[in-house]
Amino acid sequence: MDNLFAARSQMGISLAFHIIFAVIGVSLPLMMTIAEWKWRRSGDETYLLLAKRWAKGTTILFAVGSISGTVLSFELGLLWPRFMQFAGAAIGMPFSLEGFAFFIEAIFLGIYLYGWKRIPPWLHLLSGLIVALSGLLSATFVTLVNGWMNTPTGFETLNGKIIAVHPLAAMLNPAGLPEAAHMVLAAYTAGGFAAAGIHSWLLLRRGRNRLDEAGIAIALTVGGCAVLLQGVSGDALARMVAKTQPMKLASLEGQFATEAGAPLRIGGIPFPDEKETKYAINIPHGLSLLAFHQPDAVIKGLDEEPPRDWPDVRAVHLSFQAMVGCGVLLSLVTLTAAWLSWRHGPLGGQRRLLKVLVLAGPLGFVALEAGWMVTELGRQPWVIYHLMRTSEAVTSFPNVGAVLWAMTALYLVLAVIVAWLLGKHVFSSPDIRNTSAAEAYR
Amino acid sequence: MRVNEILAGVMLVSLILYSLLGGADYGAGFWDLLCSGPRRQQQRHLIEEAIEPVWETNHVWLILVVVLMFSGFPEAFATICTALAVPLLLILLGVVLRGSSFVFRAYFTGSVRTQLYWGKVFSISSSLTPLFLGIVIGGISGDSVLVRDGISQTGYLRPWLQPFPLAVGILSLSLFAYLAASYLTNETNDRQLQEDFRMRALASGLVSLLAAFATYVIAGNSAREIRDGLSASPAVWSIEAFAAMAALIAFHGLWSRHFMRAKVASAIQVGLIILGWGVAQYPFMVRPSLTIDLTAAPANVVLDLIIAVGVGAAVLIPSIVLLLAIFKSNQDPDARSSN
Repeated sequence: MDNLFAARSQMGISLAFHIIFAVIGVSLPLMMTIAEWKWRRSGDETYLLLAKRWAKGTTILFAVGSISGTVLSFELGLLWPRFMQFAGAAIGMPFSLEGFAFFIEAIFLGIYLYGWKRIPPWLHLLSGLIVALSGLLSATFVTLVNGWMNTPTGFETLNGKIIAVHPLAAMLNPAGLPEAAHMVLAAYTAGGFAAAGIHSWLLLRRGRNRLDEAGIAIALTVGGCAVLLQGVSGDALARMVAKTQPMKLASLEGQFATEAGAPLRIGGIPFPDEKETKYAINIPHGLSLLAFHQPDAVIKGLDEEPPRDWPDVRAVHLSFQAMVGCGVLLSLVTLTAAWLSWRHGPLGGQRRLLKVLVLAGPLGFVALEAGWMVTELGRQPWVIYHLMRTSEAVTSFPNVGAVLWAMTALYLVLAVIVAWLLGKHVFSSPDIRNTSAAEAYR
Repeated sequence: MRVNEILAGVMLVSLILYSLLGGADYGAGFWDLLCSGPRRQQQRHLIEEAIEPVWETNHVWLILVVVLMFSGFPEAFATICTALAVPLLLILLGVVLRGSSFVFRAYFTGSVRTQLYWGKVFSISSSLTPLFLGIVIGGISGDSVLVRDGISQTGYLRPWLQPFPLAVGILSLSLFAYLAASYLTNETNDRQLQEDFRMRALASGLVSLLAAFATYVIAGNSAREIRDGLSASPAVWSIEAFAAMAALIAFHGLWSRHFMRAKVASAIQVGLIILGWGVAQYPFMVRPSLTIDLTAAPANVVLDLIIAVGVGAAVLIPSIVLLLAIFKSNQDPDARSSN
């Protein structure tokens, strides 16, 4: 295994692993704080129970997220020292701010988790809110860095070395904020639907109870609002990509030839050798409309650049289709659930919808991982778009392959244990129907 | 350039805080490994309660050091990550295993054997991580970290697998263990438990003195420059003198059971030792060739980073004070375990 492939695999696995926990660190604290707020306001113990359950889940998952995040901060240097040497100054600002946001998150999470009996109620609720907000900020700052790798701005180079940097301009690069909004909404979507799915599954298994119904209500509201907004954010992001990274858009869409009035392809498999995307459903002028809001706008095709500068078009296109597909399905589920709850009252009694929610549970995470593949694979072969190739950034350290295997094995073990622990502490609870709060509902 | 030194100073302060707070958490894990005698369970319980609410926060100081280094001194970061990749990977392994096994141990409530098993992983990884942290510090203070065009000129073992970095590793571990034991005497009102950790603090304090002496002697071979830095400059001398005074006060406090005094003095002692190292390392970021100015990002970037740190600190410091006020203000220890 050559170093570049091993390093890319390791970075990919580290990110794919970390993103799950990072996203939960963004979304679960929000839901847990909402639950506590409802308890403080109504005095309904069900919400307290729910807040504590979710807080317990947050403890385990946040710990793993903070560990895997530490691993990533080191891996930036261990795997890509030349990238960090070149770009450290330009991307340092958002990373430093992220460090502080993460700091605040860790502090107030500690206060929230272990301070139930030690601090006044308002401070406890405020701590939860601060955890949710600082999680949102960390996600934003980190994504700004990724934005810079896609649309590098705010610096001047001389002889391949950055000589002048304008940190704010670099931080507020064109891709940064649209990407960050998309990422944060993705976090709420993934966390919300996963929690709703889990509580639906529990509800189906152990019969109607207030805890799971309250859980579904909060989680589905958070996830549903986020996925509906995601449509707007995705549109903004796609138009930004069309303008600043036309080759990336071309590979997302499997667009090989430059074309005016390009069609939108739904599904389909790109064949880079034949320069054609087959088996897709074409919507005439759809892509031009979406990307530039004009039916006859010119969409640049991959042909504009030599094939050696193409990303893996097939993987990017398929990931993109998977992401959009999941987003559309989740939006439909949201609208259906909203309509059903308006027409037929509480969702807890509607078993068919609950089954759909169980099936929809993982889709937010599928979309999240697929979307991350789109942005990372779609940028290749560049680590910094049109500036530095990934192959130029990799370390000279000889044994990256061995490290990769060790780390993958370790992460697998961790994942299994975390899943088992969550099952034990957060989901299962044989006595749930006996709580007084659950009784009151019947 | 002044701003570079300010940022380097901020990193040194973060490193000191990491050692005083996060280092003590590792030290506590080391004592978990050596829990013994009739009060073994109580000792473990005390350690767990002491670090549970704060360890993740304490850990972030390390992330801050790393982030400020790659933002402000990218070349130094790239160099360290290349030549010292092996100990850094071992630190990562330790960080992953320490954190996850600590959480796992707390949550595997069903089976005592499983808890014991995770406890072993927790305590062993807590002991190894400071060792490798010290080795990295030793590595960048020696004369073997040389990277040209992204390739380590001295291979991937020689920069750290030498007597001097290894001695610094052992010194770090003993200092962290000493800190932890001296803090732990303040975490309980149980006389016998206090005695247990008093003895441990005295023993590890002595070991750390021996390790410090050994490190100084070994530095004569492969780290002569930093040894000269340690013994030549009057600034370093006075810092060392204050550290020695703090050590005496800490030892006296432990001996006469004035635990609060011992805790404060031992923290000052360790803080001054690291400060002394930082001053002796000056003007280098990574010895033997990379100075602070040579590796610094453009001046405006460094200045902006300092401003960001200032803004961050304005939010951070009150938050940390709040955290410590809630969990470390020796009120009713029973309330701590409930959540």
